[in-house]
Amino acid sequence: MTATQEPTRGEIGRDRRRKEDQRLITGRTRWTDNITLPGMLHLAMVRSPFPHARITSIDTEAAKAAPNVVAVFTGADLGEGQGACINAWPVVPDQVTPAHLPMPTDRVAFAGETVAVVVARSAAEARDAAELVEVDYDELPAALDLKESADNKVLAHPDLGTNVSAVWRFDSAEAGTGGDVEQAIAEARENGIVIEREYRQQRLIPAFMEPRSTVVDPTGEQITVWSATQVPHILRFAIAATTGVPESKIRVIAPDVGGGFGGKLQQTPEEMITFAVARKLGKPVKFTETRSESLLTAHHGRDQWQRLTLAATKDGHVTGLKVDLLADLGAYVAIVGGGVPVLGAFMFNAIYKFPAYQFQTTNVLTNKTWTDAYRGAGRPEATFAIERLMDELAHELGKDPLKVREMNWIKHEEFPFTTVAGLEYDSGNYEAATARAKEMFGYDALRAEQAERRARGDRVQLGIGVSTFTEMCGLAPSRVLGSLNYGAGGWEHAEVRMLATGKVEVVTGASAHGQGHETAFSQIVADRLGVPFEDVEVLHGDTQISHKGLDTYGSRSLVVGGEALVRAVDKVIEKARPVAAHLLEASADDLEFADGRFTVRGTDSGVAITEVATAVFAAHNLPDGVEASIDSEATYDPVNFNYPHGTHLCAVEIDTETGQVRMRKYACCDDIGNVINPLIVSGQVHGGLVQGIAQALWEEAVYDDNGTLVTGSFVDYLLPTAADTISFELDHTTSPATTNSLGTKGVGEAGTIASTPAVVNAVVDALRPYGVHDVAMPCTPERVWRAINSGGPGGETTQAAAPHFDESEGAAQ
Amino acid sequence: MTRISLTVDGQNVVDDVEPRMLLVQYLREKLGKTGTVIGCDTSNCGACTVHLDGRSVKSCNVLAVQADGAEVTTIEGLAGADGTLHPVQEAFRECHGLQCGFCTPGMIMQTVDLLAENPSPSEEAIRLGLEGNLCRCTGYHNIVRAVQHAAGTAEGASA
Amino acid sequence: MIPAAFEYVAPASVEEALAALAEHGDDAKIIAGGQSLLPVLRMRLNAPEWVIDLGRIASLRGVRDGGDHLAIGAMTTHHDVGQDPLVHEHALLISKAITHLADAQVRHRGTFGGALAHADPAGDLGAPALALDATFVVQGPGGTREVPAADFFVDLFETAISDDEILTEVRVPKYDGWGAAYEKFVRIAHQWPIVAVAATVRMEGDTIAEARIGLTNMGSTPVRARAAEAALVGVPATEEGIAGAAALAADGTNPPSDLNGDADYRRHLATVLTRRAVLTAAGRG
Repeated sequence: MTATQEPTRGEIGRDRRRKEDQRLITGRTRWTDNITLPGMLHLAMVRSPFPHARITSIDTEAAKAAPNVVAVFTGADLGEGQGACINAWPVVPDQVTPAHLPMPTDRVAFAGETVAVVVARSAAEARDAAELVEVDYDELPAALDLKESADNKVLAHPDLGTNVSAVWRFDSAEAGTGGDVEQAIAEARENGIVIEREYRQQRLIPAFMEPRSTVVDPTGEQITVWSATQVPHILRFAIAATTGVPESKIRVIAPDVGGGFGGKLQQTPEEMITFAVARKLGKPVKFTETRSESLLTAHHGRDQWQRLTLAATKDGHVTGLKVDLLADLGAYVAIVGGGVPVLGAFMFNAIYKFPAYQFQTTNVLTNKTWTDAYRGAGRPEATFAIERLMDELAHELGKDPLKVREMNWIKHEEFPFTTVAGLEYDSGNYEAATARAKEMFGYDALRAEQAERRARGDRVQLGIGVSTFTEMCGLAPSRVLGSLNYGAGGWEHAEVRMLATGKVEVVTGASAHGQGHETAFSQIVADRLGVPFEDVEVLHGDTQISHKGLDTYGSRSLVVGGEALVRAVDKVIEKARPVAAHLLEASADDLEFADGRFTVRGTDSGVAITEVATAVFAAHNLPDGVEASIDSEATYDPVNFNYPHGTHLCAVEIDTETGQVRMRKYACCDDIGNVINPLIVSGQVHGGLVQGIAQALWEEAVYDDNGTLVTGSFVDYLLPTAADTISFELDHTTSPATTNSLGTKGVGEAGTIASTPAVVNAVVDALRPYGVHDVAMPCTPERVWRAINSGGPGGETTQAAAPHFDESEGAAQ
Repeated sequence: MTRISLTVDGQNVVDDVEPRMLLVQYLREKLGKTGTVIGCDTSNCGACTVHLDGRSVKSCNVLAVQADGAEVTTIEGLAGADGTLHPVQEAFRECHGLQCGFCTPGMIMQTVDLLAENPSPSEEAIRLGLEGNLCRCTGYHNIVRAVQHAAGTAEGASA
Repeated sequence: MIPAAFEYVAPASVEEALAALAEHGDDAKIIAGGQSLLPVLRMRLNAPEWVIDLGRIASLRGVRDGGDHLAIGAMTTHHDVGQDPLVHEHALLISKAITHLADAQVRHRGTFGGALAHADPAGDLGAPALALDATFVVQGPGGTREVPAADFFVDLFETAISDDEILTEVRVPKYDGWGAAYEKFVRIAHQWPIVAVAATVRMEGDTIAEARIGLTNMGSTPVRARAAEAALVGVPATEEGIAGAAALAADGTNPPSDLNGDADYRRHLATVLTRRAVLTAAGRG
């Protein structure tokens, strides 16, 4: 299965520079916040400072009287017109799902929730007036700590009677996909090895660079919504479904969108409020959040406690894995919401042949910002847990962590392989990827250096971390989603329009926000249709142009959207064939299609498909009964997920005096099947790696005991800079996916999923001689230092930020 | 309102502005120079970087009135009048130094400043020189390659 | 993101600025480079009615040789101070600290006097100014007075500058031939220091003759590590020689506990960083 991808004379596999870049590098961009319409009004939100409180009164009189204020609305003022924020995935039939109004009328459930909106002629005046809105609150006890909330000590929504939204469980014995995990654990306790650990997935913030912005224009027959979103189609559906405005009267446009990483796949309260205000006033309105608002209210990610039990034989063969999660949903069940931990359920067994497996997640409501998908969504959590455990097992056995993995992983000749979680992995070669990664990394030399530093008692210790990951991506087969009670399908749509001038318009339902669809999709179409790359125009992100689609998340655009495109192109060719035969006065059966031309087999006679398009446009000379169009569309529903995998190796240097962790080297060999554009793929991997590394080392959303987000700006929510990161060494092995025509697998989330455990394993590896077997994430210098000095995981983060931007009236100049 | 007069991307402009208006808002809202963007409120992200009298500054951290009399260059004024890209713009495309592109105007403007001060920077100097600009997409790897490419100190992107 | 409305005046001289300050008093804020003030205004943590801009006062800019000292104009940008050959020659510690201060864009705009007057104990200039026994020249309605560094930093964001005064100049005695190092400890590059140590030493052969050490973010103001300074006199500039003195660096400090570290960790860091800074300053790092 594994082979180096053949160099191609065509477009696929070529490192094309991106079509998107010309406008982005010259500032000729259309971000939502750039849009200005005649008479456009601006919104400012009045937000709750309390995590849980009754709203006793809202006085808007002073705000309404402020200069150039047009209106001030509370939730009650907007009434049913504000719609609702939907949860698309009730993971169990009796899921407890609090009603979620975009602007609540009587009670706030997290700090930052909007209680009133000010509309003014300028954004500055809206903000000025927002400060004049007087809101009285009766504070309520807040459910903040995840474990305490799971025990219902304080209720996040008192009327619901519980904080537990759902308990979702998978058991291989019950499902018939494997044995009984309790039995495996019992046997291992008797006569084997049991590893029991509890890991924390800290709360993260997606922190896309472009703050969210929405413009709604209610003038004209359709209401037009521009929004910085990953999901224009889903947003349109949700607005229609909850406001009663017919879907056909709503046009959603995602113009240039500055990153998402899952953080923009939400149907947000702010979008709904902006929509409602525009309808109410009949005027175009804009809301653009500040970075502080973004960090506070755009959905957060991760936030789990993971209780894990791994059973193995004395020689290191894993016999069972039991996973018990607590997942913090925040104040509401977001659009994917409780489905995020469920997406991880199928991945804890990873690349391994575990005979028994049990997974349970308890999804818990708290009075904090809601959580939802963040790059990887469920799979990073799973990968972290199992890859940390495999290192712990190796340590217990005194064996090399790669050796222990090899003992347990699926061998390349065993594909396709049905896992204990019930998925069928179509292809892969863990041996080949690992061998290549070790070679790039210089594994043996670094192990030797580690031993030497240990022996010398060097102040700087070296740690080597391993992560052999796989993931499921390409969301998703609709039937599988249906069986999981997800509210929508997982297909994707594409359309190919053959223009009279020989150019080709491609419409995709995927909605890019940095991924390079315009380039990669052009390459696919150029190759398959035999037209120049430059002649292909990719249109997306506007529901009036791309009328059908399920948008971009879950590493799905290429493997699902790309396949839809392939099928649409193939339909174009087949529709063109009888026309070409007619023009060539030949039998359709005698035509061959290659390099953009139909030729009559065995002759020089031929016609280009673009010439066929022109002929169809003129329609002067078509065969009888053939319609005057070769444009085609296709909707593709994937038959399976796909399963990229890879071996990631990380070396860190730890200053044992200060606890500072520095990246020394990072090498990875990923197998993502066939590659359309290696340049884009490398960019996806680099960016993914840094987001995963950032979870390991830097990022953490921290709340204090008052329910205030103390990491509410980039001063305290620590995104890494260029100066904190290193250059990476990347390579690929290729096991083409067998479930799509191009043999591709998703790559958008791979780096993030893989890198977090590689880094933490490296940190722990460096500290083994100090008796350390875990360091909590993020592995801050202080935690590492405390771990070195106590052997523990390093303690909690102090819940206070330093006041660098002071409120004092002092003499700051 | 305070009257200001300055040169932006080679064009003389005169306006009455509120003193509280930030330079970035002036560029975007009054001049339509929306190529320069706002990414944060604490001056951490650097997305709004422009050149003020020839040096890189964060235009969210300058009042428009403070730029009275100054010369401002934005991402939109970097390419030649005939559309020829600045070598740094070209290098970012060549090396895939951008994905979503939101941080890109600031990254490019800071890179131009960095290379003006140090035409042959080491990788470390490049990374430190860009510490005031956040990117969430690229992991910085290809941004560093792009700066090296523009400086002529590297071969460019590797796939 | 948008500051509350204010009136703006950009005086052309210190006298005009003082007059504006006298007129608007408590309702006014002075803006120098604005790199800390503008985020404060944008997040509406403060909403002055008047902003008095010192940016048009040419006399406040530049570094000049004052004989036994350097005179650094309050409105000289960090970048210009950092690049100044006089500073490099006579006050190397300041040059070293500035390379670590914020980022390039902020250094282009932020000013030496503005940062010191802001008096964030995590700011990178306070500890060097204190260690070097700088003198702060403050001008008010009654004329000019000089405040020694030891008296300048009063508390968190509070200095000896009165409401009706303006910092015009910082005078730094010359430390010709002294080695210097600024050891800044951060989790990521664009943070304020969790702890930083500013050290400058005068060597006699292989022995430390004099040492001056300022600590950043180890209390509500920059602080001197006087016990360590005293213990360093006469010790050999080796790791072993310095270690004992460096261990005293956190004596008497009262560092904060926050997201980036608790007080005990900061105390520990201060000792480690002091040892490293002194070694580097002594040319042995």
